[in-house]
Amino acid sequence: MKKILMLAAAFLLTASISSVADPLKVGFIYVGPTGDHGWTYEHDQGRIALEAALGDQIETSFVESVPEGADSERVLTQMALSGHDLIYTTSFGYMDPTINVAQKFPDVKFEHATGYKQADNVATYSARFYEGRAVIGHIAGRVTQSNVIGYIASFPIPEVIRGINSAYLHAKAVNPDVEMKIVWVFSWFDPAKEADAAQALIDQGADILMQHTDSPAAMNIAEDAGIFAFGQASDMSKFGPNAHLTAIINNWGPYYVERTNAVIDGTWTSGDTWDGIGAEMVKMGPMSDKIPAEVQQEAQALIAAIANGDYHPFTGPISRQDGSAWLNDGEIADDGTLLGMNFYVEGIEGDIPQ
Amino acid sequence: MLQLEPRLENSRVWIIATPVIAVLCTIIAGGAMFALLGINPVQATQTIFWAPLFDPELSAYARPQILVKAAPLILIAIGLSIGFRANIWNIGAEGQYVMGAIAAGAVGLAFYPLDAWYIFPLMFVAGLVGGAAWGFIPAMLKTRFGANEILVSLMLVYVAEHFLASVSLGFLRNPDGSGFPGSRNFQQYESAANPELIAGTGIHLGVIFAIFVVALAYALIRFHRFGYQVNLTGKSLRAARFSGVNPTKLTIACLCLSGALAGLAGMFELTGPAGQLTIDFNVGYGFTAIIVAFLGRLHPIGITAAGLLMALTYIGGELGQFMLNLPSAAIQAFQGMLLFFLLSLEFLTTYRIRFKLKRDA
Amino acid sequence: MRDVEFLGINPAVFLSTMVVAAMPVLLAAMGELIVEKSGVLNLGVEGLMIIGAVCGFIVSVETGSPVAGLLGALLAGAILAGIFGLLTQYFHASQVATGLALTLFGLGLSALLGQSYTGIRPPDFSIPNFGVLSELPVIGILLFSYDFLVYFSLALVVGIWWFLNHSRTGLALRAIGENHNAAHSLGYHVIRVRLVAILFGGACGGLGGAYLALIRVPQWTEGMTAGAGWIALALVVFGSWRPFRVVLGAFLFGGVTLLQLNLQALGIAINPAYLSMTPYIVTIAALVVISGMGSHASLRAPACLGKPFDATK
Repeated sequence: MKKILMLAAAFLLTASISSVADPLKVGFIYVGPTGDHGWTYEHDQGRIALEAALGDQIETSFVESVPEGADSERVLTQMALSGHDLIYTTSFGYMDPTINVAQKFPDVKFEHATGYKQADNVATYSARFYEGRAVIGHIAGRVTQSNVIGYIASFPIPEVIRGINSAYLHAKAVNPDVEMKIVWVFSWFDPAKEADAAQALIDQGADILMQHTDSPAAMNIAEDAGIFAFGQASDMSKFGPNAHLTAIINNWGPYYVERTNAVIDGTWTSGDTWDGIGAEMVKMGPMSDKIPAEVQQEAQALIAAIANGDYHPFTGPISRQDGSAWLNDGEIADDGTLLGMNFYVEGIEGDIPQ
Repeated sequence: MLQLEPRLENSRVWIIATPVIAVLCTIIAGGAMFALLGINPVQATQTIFWAPLFDPELSAYARPQILVKAAPLILIAIGLSIGFRANIWNIGAEGQYVMGAIAAGAVGLAFYPLDAWYIFPLMFVAGLVGGAAWGFIPAMLKTRFGANEILVSLMLVYVAEHFLASVSLGFLRNPDGSGFPGSRNFQQYESAANPELIAGTGIHLGVIFAIFVVALAYALIRFHRFGYQVNLTGKSLRAARFSGVNPTKLTIACLCLSGALAGLAGMFELTGPAGQLTIDFNVGYGFTAIIVAFLGRLHPIGITAAGLLMALTYIGGELGQFMLNLPSAAIQAFQGMLLFFLLSLEFLTTYRIRFKLKRDA
Repeated sequence: MRDVEFLGINPAVFLSTMVVAAMPVLLAAMGELIVEKSGVLNLGVEGLMIIGAVCGFIVSVETGSPVAGLLGALLAGAILAGIFGLLTQYFHASQVATGLALTLFGLGLSALLGQSYTGIRPPDFSIPNFGVLSELPVIGILLFSYDFLVYFSLALVVGIWWFLNHSRTGLALRAIGENHNAAHSLGYHVIRVRLVAILFGGACGGLGGAYLALIRVPQWTEGMTAGAGWIALALVVFGSWRPFRVVLGAFLFGGVTLLQLNLQALGIAINPAYLSMTPYIVTIAALVVISGMGSHASLRAPACLGKPFDATK
């Protein structure tokens, strides 16, 4: 009997000690597999960086390949029920489910990526990838020989259209003859189709490829064709050591560390974060030595100007494709228009598919 | 020498015993896989099969969620099973599910923002008609031209998926969604919503409807002339013809019925749990339901059990991911094993194993 | 040097790209053709391809030899198909359900096996040197610009055509697919022949997947087949179970996709979502047309396709 009591006391003691140092439970929900080498991969890298930075203070877990809609709402509810204190929902389609679940669990904090709905316990965050697109647009405009840039696009949504416009404007600024050929593959991830699209663009004379799809297929094709390409979401130089000029890297780690720390400190508040190169949420990969030194310098200067806020990639004068004025000289685009961007800027040929 | 001998009647003992054995086999084989991955196999299988049902923190929520996840599977599988009994092979339920949802969604959005009681019933009809129409295409091509319905219905899945992508970026896109793809959220449009019936459970009208359809299908097969015709056609087309079955009508009826139920599943899912029509609205219920139909031996009760078991492994798999860091690929492989064992042991109910000395040869 | 162009598309370049793009589905479809000719419907082609892709990739990375990778893929596809054969032929499991389960299992298993192989480039696949021949205008690109697997695949097509139409085993296989009861009473081993056909189909599916992961898009990423297996199934039907028509179908199918991407690159306004549907609609139309010609028995689906055979009943 005494023994049992002692055991019970010991148990209670350890239980109370452990509750003092109870690690914060941080959950992640991913739309793709962590091995996609694109969108989900980089979020998971962010999670790993978070674990490395905060160590024992936190405990992370994730669920991958969760379809948007009903399934995500269930997964989020179960994560909240099982004691997660902070949950990152890393795809646009998780927006309404996140808001629904957040209503039911006011004590759990949610961070939703790329959406526009907030609540007291739901913050949103996204990255200004168009800043990175401006840099690669500039490099492409300077490096291209054929003056044809190929762009592999996924779905006609504002995020993608914004990227195309940004890249085009900055290529055009340094090379008035440049032409951008855009191919919509209507998929985020289909290596064979992305490869076909890359090949079609090369056959049409493109000597530099950009992509807004997830797989590194186009990089492979560019390498084989002896042309250039840019990495998307992560450094893809392994897939094309000669083709890879630089990459736009989604760097979520610092944000995850900052926000998770805020929860630990009790200073977390809801809000909307749209960070870019300045906050290092968007990072440029190492520049290949295939880029001439002076172009590298220009690109670094552009990166620095964007980072310290001296330059905004959407600064007027800019007209829409139909010739109507959008931004006056020196005018800077407001975030609202950028977020809902559904038009090409002047000079891009073709229509946005509907 | 082992020999299989058909039983005259399916063994009742084995009908109960085979799924149990299959689950045990899966636990052993899957456990070995988990162990190879460096995961505690006991904990892993316990989380997948046990936690959703009995975990003190989670089961109160997870139990009704099993019903919610199983409802579309069961609804679609019931429809398919009736055709399968007559050897009419609709494997395009995924497409019919999508088209039902699109039709229902289009009708609902046409009334937006009107508030009226008749909108949801109209969407119900639209879902039914949308699914049935998509099922009617292979039926018509089969009866008019003899085109294989397996292949036509499968091809139509891809047509439906591309159509879905097109409408969620195009004419059904939410005009107030600042350019993002996807329709309005039906959960937020009261007249078109299929809300939670019991707070905190997620149970919606579709779950009730699925239960109703299971009962109806049972009665149909057991007592109605149509059920008799279906079974007879499955056993012998000639015999069926002699007893006055019209194969053309039966083919059309079966494909339209399964299409209609798949379309309704899509409609309930759209207006309830999913809420929104998006590019990735369909998540494979139409294909999984085929497996559910076979696992349930094409019987309404069996299908219900199989649907619940599948739903359990989905939900348990999710728990396994965030509680034990199981990769989702391992869970997918585990589910595949479960299906293999269930399918491979099924013969025990219809065959008897005999040990025989090989005489000839 | 640019040759003749139509609408800004160089036909020779276009056609040679089309041939390479069509290879993975072509190989898988050839395997499935044999399976279906024997009267078995295996809907698990997607699972076979992805397993072939990952195993081919792993073996070639580990051994440094692409050929070893191809052999590995062949074997892996056959083993996975063996499970299907065992279940459907010996345990009388439903072909449709087992095929679908095979896809589910294959996708899961491949992702598990490939976990530590993402972000690697496999050893290069050398293109045979045809010397002057590949320098020839048009013909050089059109005929002498491929890796050896392309030539092997085309030889395989001829081989399958010969096998089905001119060899005794091939005729037996077809007889079994048309009427297994009659074939059985003539003394053919229905189950055994079907099992071999299934294993062959698995090997071809695996090889098709490996072509994708080792040559077409040299990389491994989870789920990289992205539905190619289903297209292979469609091709067999489109080609009305005849090898050369399946090849034509594979080229057409790949060609339509490629053409719409090329037209986009040219800035010609078309709706990609609707254009992406066309190959499937064309397949249905082809199916209707060939089924409508009921008198041409050679164009129909094998009569026993998907039907279980049971010698004891």
